Amino acid sequence: MASGYIVRKNQYYDSLFLMGVNKRILDRSGVTQSAVLMGSDTNKALLADIGLDLAGLKGAGPNDLVVAVVADNQQVVDETLNQFDQILNAGIAPRAKTTLHTLQDGLASRPNANLAVISLPGEYAAGEARKAIESGLHVFLFSDNVSIEDELELKKLAAGKGLLVMGPDCGTSLIGGKGIGFANAVRKGKIGAVGPSGTGLQEFTCQVHNAGQGISHAIGTGSHDLSDSIGGLTTFAALDALEADPGTEVIAVISKPPGPKTLAKLIARFKSSQKPVVACFLGVEQSALEKDTGFFPANTIDCAVDISLRVFGGELPSLNGHDWDELQRSESSEWSGEQRYLRGLFAGGTFCYQSQQIMHQAGLQVFSNSPLEKKFGLEHPEKSREHSVVDMGDDFYTRGRPHPMIDGTWRSQRILSEARDSSVSVLLLDFILGHNASLDPVGDLLESIIEAKRIARERGGFLSVVASVCGTDGDLQDLELQIKMLREAGVIVFQSNASAVSFCTELIKRRK
Amino acid sequence: MENTVVNLLNEPLVAINLGLSGFADNLEVQDVEVVRVDWAPSAGGDQEMIDILDSLL
Repeated sequence: MASGYIVRKNQYYDSLFLMGVNKRILDRSGVTQSAVLMGSDTNKALLADIGLDLAGLKGAGPNDLVVAVVADNQQVVDETLNQFDQILNAGIAPRAKTTLHTLQDGLASRPNANLAVISLPGEYAAGEARKAIESGLHVFLFSDNVSIEDELELKKLAAGKGLLVMGPDCGTSLIGGKGIGFANAVRKGKIGAVGPSGTGLQEFTCQVHNAGQGISHAIGTGSHDLSDSIGGLTTFAALDALEADPGTEVIAVISKPPGPKTLAKLIARFKSSQKPVVACFLGVEQSALEKDTGFFPANTIDCAVDISLRVFGGELPSLNGHDWDELQRSESSEWSGEQRYLRGLFAGGTFCYQSQQIMHQAGLQVFSNSPLEKKFGLEHPEKSREHSVVDMGDDFYTRGRPHPMIDGTWRSQRILSEARDSSVSVLLLDFILGHNASLDPVGDLLESIIEAKRIARERGGFLSVVASVCGTDGDLQDLELQIKMLREAGVIVFQSNASAVSFCTELIKRRK
Repeated sequence: MENTVVNLLNEPLVAINLGLSGFADNLEVQDVEVVRVDWAPSAGGDQEMIDILDSLL
């Protein structure tokens, strides 16, 4: 095995772009490992993980590009590093070079700007967000790894100026029909939404659209906003704004369990709302909410959509009375005697969480790397046991690698490793369409799905594959085509995670 | 006009993008006015120096 690296001084690129460059290097014949990173201390630690001698990298700093290659032989290493400029430039879209290098430059160029969209590495993100707020801008802060102390300070600063901080770790917002971050093409309408989870908001807004209604605004708050440390500062500001917004008639809140103190304050706020509030707190015992009146509790995202639609006389098509019997009989009839477990591999963290809730309620014990209760935690994210669902957007998988919503490489590999486990009968997947997601999320995994089914067949069994697709007819990825590709590969497709899981909970009980 | 949250919801977005260029691309596709900032850490990424510079500006 041979290795080598180059350092390019003062060449700064964003992390997502560099992950794309890295993928092109990894695709080259003979390359076994590679890394294309800025030379920050955090990134240098990642390079150590792939076994590189870091002595020569001491002089590389956060503004310097580091390219490291491990390959079968030295010739491949040298050729790859020599051709690096071609590999790099293949990913650069032709665009006029900007002369704007700071937030202040941007503001000088557009004094009427009202929003800063920040997706810088965590160590710089809070500082730039602070400058944006001090300049009177609302902030969409995608970056994670911002400390709770910094988050609290930013949100208090913004509150004092009447500004909104969506984030940190905010994946999705829809403001006046315009999607920021990972969002879908959703028509404008009268339903407002607030929530810390990007995929939760995507699922809610897509289903509202697909049922014929529309979204006024969906405001992402960042994943920590409803913790007691932050106290829901962004959520309360968003609720106030949606209540005052003449275009919003009903407000839905979609979240994992808030901190107990924040939950109590939220419930009090819902009761004083002049507009109906639908509250979906995944993982919160429904009986704890149902005794309260003055808002509508929902135990799944589908249920929140259904209640919101009913305000306008609509409803979500019911799953009750669906005749899944024949389909489930035919799927399970070919399972071998040892096939008995479900494995869920998710790009969306909220889908992983909601799946566990539905499976627990159906009496199934399910393990996860992001468990509802500690006792159901997987010892290692890569090692499933019994029924397991894995959040592949978790830090373990995304440290130095693209998120599974963007790149299916790791999920493809995991599909195959689950298929090789002879105790697995059902594979549950999610596909998320929309802005910034992979342009062909089904295409990215299709080969692995077909191969996984072949592996099970060859062993004398059958692998059932069930998927949910989160998207709309307006999304770039072509929703209809994505679903068609799955169905042609023998996948059972639903347009919501909750319905896909409900189907699976019945299917899995048919084991022999 | 004052930049309150209610105004943000009811006025056209004008965004300054710092970071992933894909975010700016997708806003432009939706006809949102976007200023692209070609951002890099100031002071060679030296956090102590960045803090000093920020306090001076």
